[in-house]
Amino acid sequence: MFDLSPITMSEKNRFDIASIRARLSGEKGSEYWKSLDELAETEEFNEFLHREFPREASVWDDALSRRGFLKIMGASLALAGLSGCVKQPEEKIVPYVKQPEILVPGKPLSFATAFIMGGYATGVLATSHMGRPTRIEGNPDHPASLGATDVFATASILSLYDPDRSQVVTNKRAISTWDKFFAQLQTAIEVQRALKGSGLRILTETVTSPTLAHQMNTLLTQFPNARWHQYEPLHEDNAFEGAKLVFGMPLQTRHRFDRADIVVSLDSDFIAQGPGHIRSARDFANRRRVQGSHAEMNRLYVAECMPSVTGSMADHRLRAPSSHIENIARGLAAGLHVEGVHAAQIGEPEQRWVDAALKDLLAHRGKSIVVAGPQQSPIVHAAVHAMNNALGNTGETVLYTDPVEASPMNHGDSLQSLLHDLDSGEVDLLIMLGANPSYSAPADLKINEKLGKARLSVHLGAYNDETADACDWHIPQSHYLEAWSDARAFDGTATIMQPLIAPLYNSKSAHELIGGILDDSGRKSHEIVQDFWKTQRGGGHGFENFWKTSLNNGVVEGTSFPVKQPALRQPSDGWKFSSPAGDGLEISFRPDSTIFDGRFANNGWLQECPKPVTKLTWDNAAFISPATAQRYHLESNDLVELAANGRTVKAPVCIQPGHADSAVTLHLGYGRKKAGHLGTGIGANANLLRTAGSQWHAAGAEMRKTGESYTLAITQDHHSMEGRAIVRAANVEEFEKEPSFAKEMSEVPTASQSLYPPKEYPGYAWGMTIDLNACTGCNACVVACQSENNIPIVGKDQVSRGREMQWIRVDRYYKNDLDDPEIYNQPVACQHCENAPCELVCPVAATTHDSEGLNVMTYNRCVGTRYCSNNCPYKVRRFNFLQYSDVDTETLKMMYNPDVTVRNRGVMEKCTFCVQRISHARIEAKKEDREIRDGEVTTACQSACPAQAIVFGNINDATSNVAQRKADPRNYALLSELNTKPRLSYLAKLSNPNPALEKPEKPG
Amino acid sequence: MADQHSQHSHSGFEMPEPLVAPDQTYASITDKISGDVIGKKTPRGMLITLGVTSMFILVFVASVYWLLANGIGVWGENIPVGWAFDITNFVWWIGIGHAGTLISAILLLLHQHWRNAINRFAEAMTLFAVACAGLFPLLHLGRPWLGYWLVPYPNTMWVWPNFRSPLIWDVFAVTTYLTVSFMFWFVGLIPDFASMRDIAKKKWQKVSYGILAMGWRGSSRHWHRYETAYLLLAGLATPLVVSVHSVVSFDFSVGILPGWHATIFPPYFVAGAIYSGFAMVLTLMIPARKMYKLEAFITNRHLDYMAKVMLATGLIVLYGYMSELFFAYYSGNGYESFMMMNRITGPYGWAYACLLFCNGFTPQLLWFKKIRQNILVLFIISVIVNVGMWLERFVIVVTSLHRDFLPSSWGMFYPTKWDWGLYIGTLGIFVWLIYMFVRVMPMISIFEIKHLLPWRGRRIDTSADAE
Amino acid sequence: MMAEFDAPEKILAAAERAAAKGYREMDAFTPFPMEELTDALKVKHTKLSLFVLCCGVTGGLLGFFMQYWMNGIDYPLNIGGKPLYSWPAFIPITFEMTILFSAIGAVVGMIFRNGLPRPVHPVFNIDSFERATRDHFFLCIEATDPLFQEEEVQAFLESMEPIAVTPVKHVPMREPDSYEDFKDL
Repeated sequence: MFDLSPITMSEKNRFDIASIRARLSGEKGSEYWKSLDELAETEEFNEFLHREFPREASVWDDALSRRGFLKIMGASLALAGLSGCVKQPEEKIVPYVKQPEILVPGKPLSFATAFIMGGYATGVLATSHMGRPTRIEGNPDHPASLGATDVFATASILSLYDPDRSQVVTNKRAISTWDKFFAQLQTAIEVQRALKGSGLRILTETVTSPTLAHQMNTLLTQFPNARWHQYEPLHEDNAFEGAKLVFGMPLQTRHRFDRADIVVSLDSDFIAQGPGHIRSARDFANRRRVQGSHAEMNRLYVAECMPSVTGSMADHRLRAPSSHIENIARGLAAGLHVEGVHAAQIGEPEQRWVDAALKDLLAHRGKSIVVAGPQQSPIVHAAVHAMNNALGNTGETVLYTDPVEASPMNHGDSLQSLLHDLDSGEVDLLIMLGANPSYSAPADLKINEKLGKARLSVHLGAYNDETADACDWHIPQSHYLEAWSDARAFDGTATIMQPLIAPLYNSKSAHELIGGILDDSGRKSHEIVQDFWKTQRGGGHGFENFWKTSLNNGVVEGTSFPVKQPALRQPSDGWKFSSPAGDGLEISFRPDSTIFDGRFANNGWLQECPKPVTKLTWDNAAFISPATAQRYHLESNDLVELAANGRTVKAPVCIQPGHADSAVTLHLGYGRKKAGHLGTGIGANANLLRTAGSQWHAAGAEMRKTGESYTLAITQDHHSMEGRAIVRAANVEEFEKEPSFAKEMSEVPTASQSLYPPKEYPGYAWGMTIDLNACTGCNACVVACQSENNIPIVGKDQVSRGREMQWIRVDRYYKNDLDDPEIYNQPVACQHCENAPCELVCPVAATTHDSEGLNVMTYNRCVGTRYCSNNCPYKVRRFNFLQYSDVDTETLKMMYNPDVTVRNRGVMEKCTFCVQRISHARIEAKKEDREIRDGEVTTACQSACPAQAIVFGNINDATSNVAQRKADPRNYALLSELNTKPRLSYLAKLSNPNPALEKPEKPG
Repeated sequence: MADQHSQHSHSGFEMPEPLVAPDQTYASITDKISGDVIGKKTPRGMLITLGVTSMFILVFVASVYWLLANGIGVWGENIPVGWAFDITNFVWWIGIGHAGTLISAILLLLHQHWRNAINRFAEAMTLFAVACAGLFPLLHLGRPWLGYWLVPYPNTMWVWPNFRSPLIWDVFAVTTYLTVSFMFWFVGLIPDFASMRDIAKKKWQKVSYGILAMGWRGSSRHWHRYETAYLLLAGLATPLVVSVHSVVSFDFSVGILPGWHATIFPPYFVAGAIYSGFAMVLTLMIPARKMYKLEAFITNRHLDYMAKVMLATGLIVLYGYMSELFFAYYSGNGYESFMMMNRITGPYGWAYACLLFCNGFTPQLLWFKKIRQNILVLFIISVIVNVGMWLERFVIVVTSLHRDFLPSSWGMFYPTKWDWGLYIGTLGIFVWLIYMFVRVMPMISIFEIKHLLPWRGRRIDTSADAE
Repeated sequence: MMAEFDAPEKILAAAERAAAKGYREMDAFTPFPMEELTDALKVKHTKLSLFVLCCGVTGGLLGFFMQYWMNGIDYPLNIGGKPLYSWPAFIPITFEMTILFSAIGAVVGMIFRNGLPRPVHPVFNIDSFERATRDHFFLCIEATDPLFQEEEVQAFLESMEPIAVTPVKHVPMREPDSYEDFKDL
């Protein structure tokens, strides 16, 4: 009757730890490693470290045993406990802008550094409370951020404190030490020195770090026969190959969406993915921002298979299998008279879309952009370059620079040649820096068999993952907040990355490992990085200044790459377009929008963040169109077997309106074998179906119904607005005819109709507006809020029961045609109603209004009747049905924002308009004896938003940004007919369709 | 008392069945009713019932333990469905209680003498039903151990409850109701305790009943005050019982949800309450009557009256459903009409259909005297009505919540085994208490039955009882 | 002096006659309430109702001002934009408090005005008094009555064809805790 197993099990687990602690009592932090060695012999310790966690994994699905599960997480942290208290790095780190550099207890400082994904840097400001990094926000001075972040950057703070991070050096899966490793490495290196490194191979991910590049080059001069391979699962190969075709060299393409009136995207999700996507989102949104009653907007055409963030913003979205994109590109290129390109036969709707786009493009020469997605073939990229050239966009809206990658190479080929060398037994010493190819490489490369063939293989990684398993040695890699480094942004701008905290575990950075090989092992990454920049900027006093300002601003002045004017030429062997796969089923592989290529698989915030458009959490799925579902007699949650390239994968079906027919989209990053408690064994591994030959889509695939079914945890089950005026939208024409159309879509009760006189709010009156025309639904606000407000994750089981906890959610609605709907996004947080229905019904007055119009929760007064949530028409309240907050795991305690209460079981919670930030600003203002300035308080969601759709401030101050937006004709309150008088209001969405196309028809 | 007969025939008013079997005397009434308690061995049927219900009580204990150990999450509730079985059961139990008060108070004021045979039992039922109901508002809290915060007591922070919240009104209404029902019941028992005391043979029985009787000796002066007090209580209980379920209905009608926010709720809840209450009285009394062979006091005529009350209140409830439908259509409010369509055709449509069958159709059978007289059928109908009324509350609570204003947050509610466990558990507690009461206390008001015996110079014109 | 009857109409007749004869300090003990008897014995009307009314009013006022003071004065909070003094919301509790206080008043009033609980009382000394709660009816003319003459009263009562006439002695109280009490309780 009582399913107690998980809890009792975790108790046992705790007991293990207790005994280990006991052994360690009296040991000093400094003797940490020695003591671990001693421990390594003890049997329960080995048992503890090498447990494969099968039971715990199953525990995760059980609603009730979350506490047990958390205890286990806590347990796996015992080692962290050993390494003693939090230390800031010994070296001097420089806080952002003009903050007191001395640490004022309790006062957070923020430091500029950079978050790296796919090799490219996004400048961030990391907040540090008493030496504990607690929060990641955008760096306004950094070109790739301009103050905004994305889900990945924000959530990277959780990865720092992830109790599943690898914590010890292992040798053949057994605990070892850095010294033992280093001794063995030395001998191996000595051998290589003699051989000029002919047996030495180094595999990295994309490297933009000038320092690391310098180290690698030194290494290659010391070991001329050694090879540097790179493999980034989501690389830019095709883009570079495309550039090679028409420019003869790999070039980085930079888009100035802020200058483009017409944007045509061929399967490119430039708003949400790829280098500089945050910047692209900002630039794009700036061209859709409408003030007053006149609309001056860009127009977006998107052709894609699976509805993406970019696709949901499109004025004209064409759904087409990704193999059809090539013909569409062809049509466009031919229409633009690109020399040697002839249009291919395409369907009628495609043709209409192409024609309309062409007309617009030709009407906006030099003010338009054609952009192709990284998953499209080189020829498409080449054609796109040619088109932009033909339109005179080159140099205007489309800029070319040298590749930002330190050593541009075709990652696919590079990996294959490495594997070839491994096969032929040429590799004596293989060193992998950060990469996890065992998981992410296409299956047909059979990488795991081959890795074994290296005489000595070393893996430096943040997790003890699949690759670590396949290697002789695994070295824990330092988190970017733990080690000095540097990296370049999409435009080449370099950032010197400063750590905020000394490594939690005894981890190393890539610099230190390579340094070890270069035989300056004594040096820490700080020295290595600093020395490199000295070589760049010369030492002396000038350098001190340079160093300080660079750290302070988070950017190194004058490092962005100069724009080139490459000469366009015909592809050497002509325009070789391939013809589409035909009518067969094709599978396209795309990076997951929250866990990317799988590197964030163990990040709870990202796993639980409802993926844009699909609202799916904790899983990937085989997305198919309604028509395809009918053809195969499938429904959502049916488990199907996908077969391609002679391999099969089982995945649950999810029917996705707007998806192209006879195509399946399967996202990468799931089906991990060794990712940690959260990421292991969930979802389907798309890599099994990929081949080195065609990495991004598999033609001639098959889909078989297995008869089994599988529950997907989707946070929004209902997709229609039921004809209610929820997201209020119009096209430009209608808008200019009737600018305040949104207001007229519902009647608002007047004051005279209300029984009671309205309350007065003198002084500050906090309010917010969300511009639905700018919002892309990218989720940056959701994760930012989760991080700022210590919002717990609840796990798949609880999400599928409808108990997710995020305070702000992005609602998604479809309109019209089921097969090809219009897609609307609407972020919904607590509306802070002046006539709050929730407050009235709370028996203990736990939720009330403050003098500035905030609807505030008194957590410690709440008894948990849930009446407030029932009576909330916006359903923005969240209830702790179980003990969701992790109050056991030591490192997670370090991560919590000390300004926000951690809520426990049985308590209701909701958006507070970041009241802690308001009071912080109030204190500052009081100290200087002034009013709080407009823009001085930014909520977490607002500061994260790349599109600047969210504006917060004092609505009593008519000059404030928010007050002006509320005066905008598009301003409307959600469910205003209920007379709740929300403080959060929306600016209606506008679309800018091409009059020539009423709405994109369904293909076929 | 041989002349009882002659007196009876002499009093000679005609009616299908007397309220008390003609062969009863003052002595026989006492001996029978109190004898059942004092002399008799526990009947086997009852032992079985007690056994079964004790099992249920174990289930209750388990459910409560698991709930307190883990939190509300063990139930199926979620956002948007923040209330489900908990509040459904609360309203259902409270409703059942209402029949008791109605019988003992309102019928007393209306001089419906037939109630004398069943009021004691009905009052006990009220008491236990309200006790069960009271459990749910407490257990449904996220932090039940802080339930006392709903009471206005001076505390260190000097914070008070929010008296605008219907939940606080509930606290006052339910506690008042519990207290008054208890006093009403106990006061009614005092004279009977006295007669138990006087016929009890065993010392411990004499002692315990003696203490409960507080030395009652039937003095006329006492009877005079007693009657006044009893009448006053009845007069107070009557508006109270109406207010209690009105307040309960405010929990919903004060909310802004379509399906909750309705002015029809108070009257329609009160009618529903009495409806379900009478159904429950029948469900319990028909077996009890058999077990204890009380046909002499609880005659078929009583059952017939109760059936009629069920029919009447059932019709009011039906009217409630109809008016809901009508307003959904007539108000022209999109949310209202959607709610109603969703109630009928939505995922919980089956529940709505069932409740229409149970509460709308079934009671119509009671138009027929044959059915009213057929004890078995009557029993079955009363059970069906109980189910129906539970479904009604479920439909109101859950279907209104699961699809409200923003489609994005629509959801579903699926009960877990712990939802069921707690519900079944309270059923067990309730039946157990009822049978324990029957075992140790006079289940029929002795003195009020005697009151019904006619004698020269006094006629109880029971034929005046409303048909 | 206590007369025991076996039928309601007999004691009623007796009581009427006794009253006619001018006896006042009388009481009757019956198994069920007999309004007629109460009239015959000229029991004066009780003030209970008035007392209950006072309780009710007190409860109501208390209830209302409690809410007014707590939500309006002592700890004012802006709740859902409603005024601090939202009297319509205060009505239900005011009402419930009225009922509660009146009901308690009625019961407590009745019990104490009846001088209950009283486990020991002279009338219990009559052995057959046990039947007073079963099927016998007792009429008692007390010695405190101005017209009380033991023989006279006895003769008068016997003329009423009772089952028995017994004098009730004010026997001294015994230790209540001894079990002897309960023998004739």
